[in-house]
Amino acid sequence: MIAEFGLVCLWLAAALAGLQLVAGLLGLKSGWEGLAVLTRPAALVQALLCLVSFLTLVVLFARTDLSVALVAANSHSAKPMVFKLSGTWGNHEGSMLLWVTVMSVAGGLIASVERRLPERTMLATLGAQAFVALGFYAFLLFASNPFERLPSPPPEGNGLNPLLQDIGLAFHPPTLYVGYVGLSVAFSFVVGALLTRQVTPDFAKAMRPWVLGAWLFLTLGITAGSYWAYYELGWGGWWFWDPTENASLMPWLAATALLHSASVLAARDALRAWTVMLGVIAFSMSMVGTFLVRSGILTSVHAFAVDPERGGFILALLAINIGMALALFATRAGTVAEGERFSVLSREGALVINNVALSAILGVVLLGTLYPLLTEAFDVRVSVGPPYFNPVTAIFALPMLLVLAVGPLLRWRGDKLARVRWPMVALAVLGLVVLAGVALLSDVGLLPLLGFAVAAVVLVGSLLPLKGRNLLRLPLATWGMVVAHFGVGIALFGMAADTAFQTERLVAANVGDVIEVGPWSARLESVAPVAGPNWTALEAAIAVRHGDGAETLTHPQARSFWSPPTETSEVSLVTRWNGQLYVALGDQAQDGRWQLRLWWKPFVTWIWYGGLLIALGGVLALLGRVLTDVRRRRASTLIAARRGDAEVAA
Amino acid sequence: MRRVAILALALAVAAPLAMPVLGQDSLPPAPYAYTELPDPAQEAQALHLMQTIRCLTCQSQSVADSDAQMAGDMRHLIRTRIAAGETPDQVRDWLVERYGDYISYEPTVSAITWPLFAGPVVLVLLGAVILYGRLGRRRRQAGEGGQ
Amino acid sequence: MNRLRLFLWGLVAACLALFGLFAYQLSQPKDEFIQSAMVGKTIPQFDLRPAIEGLPGLSSADLADGRPKLVNVFASWCIPCRVEAPQLDALQRGGAEIVAIAIRDRPEDLAQFFATYGNPFSAVGADDVSAVQLSIGSSGVPETFVVDGQGVIRYQHIGEIRPEHVPLLQAKLQEAGA
Repeated sequence: MIAEFGLVCLWLAAALAGLQLVAGLLGLKSGWEGLAVLTRPAALVQALLCLVSFLTLVVLFARTDLSVALVAANSHSAKPMVFKLSGTWGNHEGSMLLWVTVMSVAGGLIASVERRLPERTMLATLGAQAFVALGFYAFLLFASNPFERLPSPPPEGNGLNPLLQDIGLAFHPPTLYVGYVGLSVAFSFVVGALLTRQVTPDFAKAMRPWVLGAWLFLTLGITAGSYWAYYELGWGGWWFWDPTENASLMPWLAATALLHSASVLAARDALRAWTVMLGVIAFSMSMVGTFLVRSGILTSVHAFAVDPERGGFILALLAINIGMALALFATRAGTVAEGERFSVLSREGALVINNVALSAILGVVLLGTLYPLLTEAFDVRVSVGPPYFNPVTAIFALPMLLVLAVGPLLRWRGDKLARVRWPMVALAVLGLVVLAGVALLSDVGLLPLLGFAVAAVVLVGSLLPLKGRNLLRLPLATWGMVVAHFGVGIALFGMAADTAFQTERLVAANVGDVIEVGPWSARLESVAPVAGPNWTALEAAIAVRHGDGAETLTHPQARSFWSPPTETSEVSLVTRWNGQLYVALGDQAQDGRWQLRLWWKPFVTWIWYGGLLIALGGVLALLGRVLTDVRRRRASTLIAARRGDAEVAA
Repeated sequence: MRRVAILALALAVAAPLAMPVLGQDSLPPAPYAYTELPDPAQEAQALHLMQTIRCLTCQSQSVADSDAQMAGDMRHLIRTRIAAGETPDQVRDWLVERYGDYISYEPTVSAITWPLFAGPVVLVLLGAVILYGRLGRRRRQAGEGGQ
Repeated sequence: MNRLRLFLWGLVAACLALFGLFAYQLSQPKDEFIQSAMVGKTIPQFDLRPAIEGLPGLSSADLADGRPKLVNVFASWCIPCRVEAPQLDALQRGGAEIVAIAIRDRPEDLAQFFATYGNPFSAVGADDVSAVQLSIGSSGVPETFVVDGQGVIRYQHIGEIRPEHVPLLQAKLQEAGA
């Protein structure tokens, strides 16, 4: 019964989304205002029903109810509980249900907390949100019903893929989903504002927390995904420009640009068309990403739930949503004037440069990712990989990061060169000194060399806005900006350092052999078999020593799972503040020696520390915005209450 | 259903999962599949090249990132050719001559790929035009945020 | 703002074109095979030692002896190679001369393989590090090349030979001058 209950809830939620759409959009017409009052309650109840439906599926997975087709196909009674639960969204149907659940909960939240926008724009926004959600409800109910029953339940489920039993794998996809769905909320705000011709600073302020939230989750998702690939793949790489990676990077780039252009719109009532455009593009990129990953039309290491039919459905949703939004934008183009020109030497001037550069990077990544698809239509196969993406994105990214270092020092509207001349000269000197220093002292490639210089400029520049300020009274949002920008510098430094100075050793070693890699020496102590719950492994014991430091033992494994038979390499990592020693165990050669792969990767961890700092900056900014809102709202109710008292007294 | 439920947007799941069941050969890996060249400069060249050559039997991985048997043989081939004094570009050309452009992750300008390189140039120009339109020569403004 | 409107409609058109491309690719079967670019070119020089006792090895000179041949790239450890064995037999009985390149194989495994599935080959060269395979642009096992009497590669068949492929390969051999 419980599966049917979940399905009924889902149908009801879909019906309420229909009501929300009709009430929201018709409520805009004169004569139909009565209908409008239904919009907010519809959004709230819909969120509740959808949440219940999702929890029902979680319960089904927790109980391993094998009469449900999805559970039978993706779970197993012997799985640990945490992986049973994560199995709920580790498949196509469940992940789409999670998607609409997050979407409807976001809609419910907007309906209950957002009070800044004019009521009509609010209605239009909720209507647009319902329109997008309805497409996904249809997808779920007609093409991927998660609650489908099997006529005769099998004795045991067949999903015990050992590779999926990884904690990183269990929580990385939903993190990205939340980001994608958050961008759908921004999209709804944009459509709502276009419908009522209210592309105003208030609209930007209302949308900004949602963009921040989405961006924050995307940042975390990409950072986690990168680290996971690094330790799971066993070859020490952290970014491969694989289509699947690019599919998560493109929405992030668009969201980053949107975040900054929304700031300009909120503060200066300018960049209206640009903000609207980025809102549409950010959500398109989430959907294009989902489409590319699920349709299997691009060759990728890890296509997910590949199915051309579903790909067709997602494509249809993509075309309808984006096509209609762009067409609406085109018909409203006259109402979103861009406002005056900016001075180059102003905060908004710097933000415009940032926006243009981010959009260009997005364009390049999109071009490089989709180009093989285009040539394949003419039966020519080409590959576009790191040798293309690295330099071409750097052309835009490095100058943009230089602007990032000085932009926050500038005042809105316009600044005097005299005021910022010295910080700028100091940063330029710093960059040149680092450039010359690194170039003289070591032999590194052009890109890492520039990376070091720009990282130094960004690291110092990002802290300059703190100069002369009372740190205790600095707004949280400003702290957020400083921390995020500093994180960019940290991550860039990590990338440059690892690219320039990593050392690799591939050796066949006997027990007792000592291998030197960078400042480390490693001695193979033993190789012995070990057994886990559903795998056996050969585990090496390797004593490693950094310089003259103490010896520590590290244990890389070559693991064999038996159901299904899969070989994986479990690398071992020895982390220091300034980098990681990365050790992987390979096969045994016929002469009895063991294949070992060792890398010393200086400062590689800084890439992910940087990612975490960027996300922390997002948290601070979000917290700052929300707290300011709450305080403002409380103050206005207080004023209203006082006024009421005064009137009573009078 | 051949739904390999790998996660949505994470990176490489270990290669064996994506490979068809072809059986496993019993010969040891080629001499230079897992062994560096003695000359560090040559090894660096070879490594850099391997990172930009597509593994033929895996999906979307370079030969430097794969444990597939054929990737090992390709690493051996690349290392021995570099050791024999060929330049990385010569080895790349040798491979492209046999497998087409698909094998190299480094696209070269050709009749087919020129838009890949024209694209960024167009974006630079477009960016410059937009910046020119938005920045500089500020019109005399009348008060707060012009409507 | 006319320019913005024009740009936006242009963007709508571009998006539609892109979605059209997506839809087209979605309807196409995914081609995972990597074609050799060596078809039409002379087979590169090589000289492989015999892979198994009792049969000669294979060299590029053997492939330029005036008679067109099928060159089968295979391995005893490869499962599809077992599937195509009857078809190779049929081709051989039909008069085709078939030589083979054994990838990463051991004589004892090959003997076992031939004992079980029969041996249609007149020569088997041992390619222990896939060197010859890589030099002719082959990207897996099994693959079958049609080579004419001058040693020029005329055709490449990727994957196992199924019964319906036999006439095609015979026709390609005919074209090559058999």
